[in-house]
Amino acid sequence: MDAPTIDTRPSLGTAARSAGGEAGPVKIRTRDVSVFYGDKQALNSVSLDMADRAVTALIGPSGCGKSTFLRCINRMNDTIQGARVDGVIELDGEDINVRSVDPVALRARVGMVFQRPNPFPKSIFENVAYGPRIHGLTSSRSELQDVVEQALRRAGLWNEVADRLEQSGSSLSGGQQQRLVIARAIAVDPEVILMDEPCSALDPIATARIEELIDELRQQYCIVIVTHSMAQAARVSQQTAFFHMGQIVEIGRTDDLFTNPKEQRTLDYITGRFG
Amino acid sequence: MTDRPDIRAAVARRLQQRHAAERRFRLYGMVAIGVAMAFLALLLGRIIEQGHSAFVTHSITLDVPIDAARIDPAYPQGANYDQMVATALAARLNADIQNPEVARDLRDLLSPDMGFQILSRVREDPSLIGQTVTVEAPVGDSADLFFKGEIDRATPQDQRVLSDRQIGWLDQIEAQGLVRAHFNWGLFTRSDSTQPETAGLLGAIVGSALMLMVTALLSIPIGVMAAVYLEEFAPKNRLTETIEININNLAAVPSIIYGLLGLAVFIGWMGLPRSSPLVGGIVLSLMAMPTVIIATRASLKAVPPSIRDAALALGASRTQTVFAHVLPLALPGVMTGAIISMAHALGETAPLLMIGMVSFVPGVPESIVSASSALPTQIFIWENAAEAAFHERTAAAILVLLVFMVIMNAVAIVLRRRLERRW
Repeated sequence: MDAPTIDTRPSLGTAARSAGGEAGPVKIRTRDVSVFYGDKQALNSVSLDMADRAVTALIGPSGCGKSTFLRCINRMNDTIQGARVDGVIELDGEDINVRSVDPVALRARVGMVFQRPNPFPKSIFENVAYGPRIHGLTSSRSELQDVVEQALRRAGLWNEVADRLEQSGSSLSGGQQQRLVIARAIAVDPEVILMDEPCSALDPIATARIEELIDELRQQYCIVIVTHSMAQAARVSQQTAFFHMGQIVEIGRTDDLFTNPKEQRTLDYITGRFG
Repeated sequence: MTDRPDIRAAVARRLQQRHAAERRFRLYGMVAIGVAMAFLALLLGRIIEQGHSAFVTHSITLDVPIDAARIDPAYPQGANYDQMVATALAARLNADIQNPEVARDLRDLLSPDMGFQILSRVREDPSLIGQTVTVEAPVGDSADLFFKGEIDRATPQDQRVLSDRQIGWLDQIEAQGLVRAHFNWGLFTRSDSTQPETAGLLGAIVGSALMLMVTALLSIPIGVMAAVYLEEFAPKNRLTETIEININNLAAVPSIIYGLLGLAVFIGWMGLPRSSPLVGGIVLSLMAMPTVIIATRASLKAVPPSIRDAALALGASRTQTVFAHVLPLALPGVMTGAIISMAHALGETAPLLMIGMVSFVPGVPESIVSASSALPTQIFIWENAAEAAFHERTAAAILVLLVFMVIMNAVAIVLRRRLERRW
């Protein structure tokens, strides 16, 4: 079964926010993905295409499987004892679940940002430098410094931390920590960035900054974001998938899905009748 | 606000009960701590009261003429220097040295150490024969006890170690200013001896240090690595569960069993030298390892999973994640556990009894394979000795052991404070 083809071009309604770039071709293609934690099925036959240079939002009530789905894309479910993933997940047309794909190499291509900011208890510089260092992306100290600076600039954090790179990453505020973590993810030059409720621990101002950042990053990356905030999904994404009970109920262009949902359950959820 | 007075009254009554219960509980807590402190104070007080006198000792300074007629210069160790010392002392006390009983009683007041000192001086410089040398040596154990006031003159003569005549001599010696009280450095610079006044802890301290070194080198790396593997890499299945249960059980096995194991396997089967710090260290490391593993696993578990996720999501391998992020964060806990298990090992006695570390070893062990005693077994040996002067030394040795343990535990606390990081 094929997923419905979705037009992920930025809608006119969000034109002001998405000045740069058309959505690209399909970056991640998933078919009939099911996930089991032991005997419990967390995800049931999910098929979803995610476009390059676009933001795909996954919404749905707690426990509906959206984070589980997200963790399939960089194979973080491998780290959970007893987790089993069925179905096909392709990145640029290559199946990522075959034996020949090293999850460590995959995660260099697919970065991830978590719900709570989780900087390493090291300096700001070391936080960002760690990824390039383990992957051997730089050959000299000055090159590494350039990479760190570029990543921090793109994460919009450079001006705030340029003079205190040696301070501990945990000395930053929550919003800054989350941007530091985003800088850490983009420092290894990934193709996809997965975000698992990146703003749920942040105040509205920090949230707004992260959303701006997501909008900028969209021009280079395929971004998949899990969010509980429907307003956030509407603001930052071009495509939205509504998950419920481990299944996708509806996929659509974000403005269509929020203004004109086809499914009753979607309507109930986005109007706050459950969830 | 409710306007029903019955409810208000019920709440007030209940509130009083609740406050009373809380006060009662606090009282129980304070009583429990008070009892514990009282026992600790009693224990420490008793040991200090018994042992403090061992840190002071009395020395006597004598001019001893070396009688050339009694020494064969070709074989100086054959001469009876104790007799020369006794003669010199008799001369000062106007005692009749020709009387063998007097000579014996006089020798009892002195330590054979004085004779040994003269012998070594003579061997170094044979020209001293026929001259007079000044030597300072500890007084005999009974005389030392007398100067410390631990021998009561009122006790009938046949019930004390010194006769009335000997006490009279000691009074004279003291009046002549030959005796000096000073800190008992010998306790730390000498090793075990059959004479209490020259017995020290150096051999035992060195033995314990060598043994702890072996224990630390074996149990910490192996224990930490085992814990890291079990916690971070091993699949959670029946086998690893069984291993985990067995490790917890091993931590509770009576220590004497480890001693028997060491005796049978390391000494009997592998033929390692008995009484050696090597075997002692291996046995103690077997004992310490479960504790190290349990402490390491607990502190690895305490590292937040978000740190692991962060590193893994960046593309770090399992090993990189563990060694670059998880283990450094767990290190304060690991070190605390390791040091505390070393402190336990330091005080462990029973397994050392089984592998022969209770033998009398008068010297300092030269290596981890030479015969040695250890601090706890030295305490055991001295406690079983007959001379009264060994009893104060037993208590002193306990104090030394306690000081080492307090130092180790303090280091553990300081390390934890220093290295602990908030995240």
